[in-house]
Amino acid sequence: MHITDILVTGEPIIYGAMVSMALVGLALLFILTYFKKWKWLWSEWLTTVDHKKIGVMYILSALLMLFRGGVDAMMMRVQLAFPDLGFLNSQHYNEIFTTHGTIMIIFMAMPFLIGLMNIIVPLQIGARDFAFPYLNALSFWSFFFGMALFNISFVIGGSPDAGWTSYTPLSGAAMSPGPGQNFYLMGLQLSGIGTLATGINLMVTILKMRAPSMKLFHMPIFTWSTLVTCFIIVFAFPILTVALALLTIDRVFGAQFFTLTGEGLPMMWANLFWMWGHPEVYIVILPAFGIFSEVIATFAKKRLFGYHVMVWSMIVIALLSFLVWVHHFFTMGAGAFVNSVFSVSTMLIAVPTGVKIFNWLATLYKSKIEFTVPMLWSLAFIPSFILGGVTGVMLGMAAADFQFHNSYFLIAHFHYVLIAGTVFACFAGLVFWYPKMFGHKMNERLGKWAFWLFFFGFHVCFFPQYFLGLDGMPRRLFITNVAEWLPLNVISTIGAFGMGLGFIVFVYNVYYSFRYSERETTGDSWNGNGRTLEWATTTPVPYYNFATVPYVDEIDPYIRMKEEGKTTFEEDKVKPIHMPSYTGQPFIMMALLGLASFGLVFEWMYVAVFGLIGAVFMMIRRSFDYDDGYYVPVEEIKRTEKKARGL
Amino acid sequence: MAAEELKTGPLEYRTQEGQMTIMGFWIFLGAEVVLFATLFATYAVLFGRTADAPTPGELFEPGIVLVMTFLLLTSSFTCGLAIHEMRRGSVKGLILWMIITLALGLGFLGFEIFEFVHYTHEGATVQSAAFWSAFFILAGTHGLHVTLGVGWATLLLIQIKKRGLTNVTSRKFFIISLYWHFLDVIWIFIFTSVYLIGMVI
Ligand code: HEM
Ligand SMILES: [Cu+2]
Repeated sequence: MHITDILVTGEPIIYGAMVSMALVGLALLFILTYFKKWKWLWSEWLTTVDHKKIGVMYILSALLMLFRGGVDAMMMRVQLAFPDLGFLNSQHYNEIFTTHGTIMIIFMAMPFLIGLMNIIVPLQIGARDFAFPYLNALSFWSFFFGMALFNISFVIGGSPDAGWTSYTPLSGAAMSPGPGQNFYLMGLQLSGIGTLATGINLMVTILKMRAPSMKLFHMPIFTWSTLVTCFIIVFAFPILTVALALLTIDRVFGAQFFTLTGEGLPMMWANLFWMWGHPEVYIVILPAFGIFSEVIATFAKKRLFGYHVMVWSMIVIALLSFLVWVHHFFTMGAGAFVNSVFSVSTMLIAVPTGVKIFNWLATLYKSKIEFTVPMLWSLAFIPSFILGGVTGVMLGMAAADFQFHNSYFLIAHFHYVLIAGTVFACFAGLVFWYPKMFGHKMNERLGKWAFWLFFFGFHVCFFPQYFLGLDGMPRRLFITNVAEWLPLNVISTIGAFGMGLGFIVFVYNVYYSFRYSERETTGDSWNGNGRTLEWATTTPVPYYNFATVPYVDEIDPYIRMKEEGKTTFEEDKVKPIHMPSYTGQPFIMMALLGLASFGLVFEWMYVAVFGLIGAVFMMIRRSFDYDDGYYVPVEEIKRTEKKARGL
Repeated sequence: MAAEELKTGPLEYRTQEGQMTIMGFWIFLGAEVVLFATLFATYAVLFGRTADAPTPGELFEPGIVLVMTFLLLTSSFTCGLAIHEMRRGSVKGLILWMIITLALGLGFLGFEIFEFVHYTHEGATVQSAAFWSAFFILAGTHGLHVTLGVGWATLLLIQIKKRGLTNVTSRKFFIISLYWHFLDVIWIFIFTSVYLIGMVI
């Protein structure tokens, strides 16, 4: 095997990427070595089991992926606005829309939200950690190596090119030979393990580790959304696991599940994929709903209107999400009856969703709104998301979908829901909880610049696409030389660059705030408007979260605590706190599984078996590991708390 | 966290950590149900799609499958006895019944391997047709689970030898017993919906 058989060659853009990746890599190596940070990196981050640090690593990775997916998007938009330029050829275009879609959903949206859950959920329920901190680290590293594996396909072996839906037979061995599609399968499989484990972990955490006497219906709404989301994860991800495994077995071991030759059924892939895929859409939207609810209640300075209804509508949405998958392939010949059933079930989801919208509006009604950056993202979400939802209902009408299907109308729809829902929520949540993570706020003025650039860019980019779709422009098309489409395409591309600019300002804001923002001295960062327990502890949060856990028997318990002058540091009640020890095992175990996956991608069985044996060995080690953590002594807790609280 | 310890109730439930781990495992089993349900659905959809390969009616043999079923059902029973002994505080009884369980499980695996080899010789392989792909992956995934269970329980036997009955070791044994019974339930579904129906049609 020669090196040129593995590296992708012949594309100037990819050479450029290789060079810049190498430079960034070298720069990182240099910085870490020069400032003698290797030990710090290992002992503070790579071996951590602290849910807050793991959450930060999730969010950093997700931001990196937002960048990567965003660059992909820009490249596509440039090609579509200037089709005569020949910027991308058809093959390259196929690869880019595939990696863009996959990265945005699997490696950006979901990890971003899981990162926020990691940091905030234990704080909101008064827990000191996850139920299974070791497993939590394992989950992160499985996501991380899955992500890394998927991303290196760019320069090693070649990217997948069968769309993020990876429909068979196109994605089968006959029509997509070579490692690209294997990268998709193994990258998703590896990171899927982590997602499932996180789902179980958070579920147990929420069910078993709440503060004394906090009932389920006392939980903050973001925690509720997490619980419901984890329910979807646990019941949807195994379907993806199986689907990916079956296609892998088809491709690598010559089975016939989705082939036409051995009487396999390519349509079965579409069914399996969307039985996971539609619930997945709600995995990334329900936590977003939770974030908006928290932000809106905080800055409207009112209790969330219809808390119980909000919870129940999330539960109904979660259940319905499993019953609508066929609406993704109305046009594939299932027949009128099946299409009607799924059309109706699809539209039913609009009901609980609409209820939630009215509840947010009712919360805002007659309130004193404070227009902070997180609040701006949340307010912008409401009308934008409605535009996406209404067009979703249009797509859900089976008969009409024969017209809209696979056109830009669909592209506009799901970007409206995904961006206005999930991405806005990620920004809102990150800015909102930023002080909890880093001990200072993000700069508001820069934050507003980022918001307005992104918000306008978003509408300029995607609103014209509804009309492009109605004019018949298909999705996944690299050459758009129909004259009538051109102006709208150019406008759309301008909008895309607006969003890019917003993102750059956002990233600059991270740096700027790190340098210049005022450090927080209290835990209740938003002018004392915090309502839930995460605001009751100090900022930045001590590694054990709470010195003493308050007694909770109502929604928004921190409001009352403030009135009664209570804190999470009652000196005479402090007891030693049990904490898990840091360990490098999760990192090593998942690196070995990553190696095994890499071997499978190239169908190098020796490498695969070697990695697998290594991982199994690590699991056996874990089985014999009876390390029970350690206790934080009372003295140390008192010292930490007094310092943080300036007592 | 593992701070307080209860004085009553089964050993494995006495710490919060124990309770959480067991609950987590129950949820994991829920995910496993979905995993197998997906494989069963795949199997049902691909049923009869044997292309040029033999049909299940030609190959499935009642005798061997009945023996396998008998072995696995018995092992589930002995696994229950092992946990019963554990609850009584008898490490010896636990180890004895657990070893019998594993022996039965290994017997099951032996027959399954024999069966698979036999089918392969008759021209039914993972590659030969969609139906056979589905069959081998469904039965094979179950077999793989049994194999993992055997390895895992062996590790636990070493641990109980070294550490005796604590709330951690008892929790580990309790969890593997849940796992083992679960595999039994899955097998009953495979037995009925794969073998019985396959032989009839
Ligand atoms: C009111 C609720 C919604 C309805 C009625 C709805 C309906 C639909 C329908 C019918 C399609 C298939 C269209 C076609 O292929 O022609 C579709 C596609 C899609 N939807 Fe939604 N949807 C809703 C909410 C969401 C949300 C909240 C998200 C994400 C956060 C989302 C993401 C997507 C994506 C990614 C696709 C693209 C599938 C592909 O690649 O073919 N949808 N939606
Ligand atoms: Cu859907």
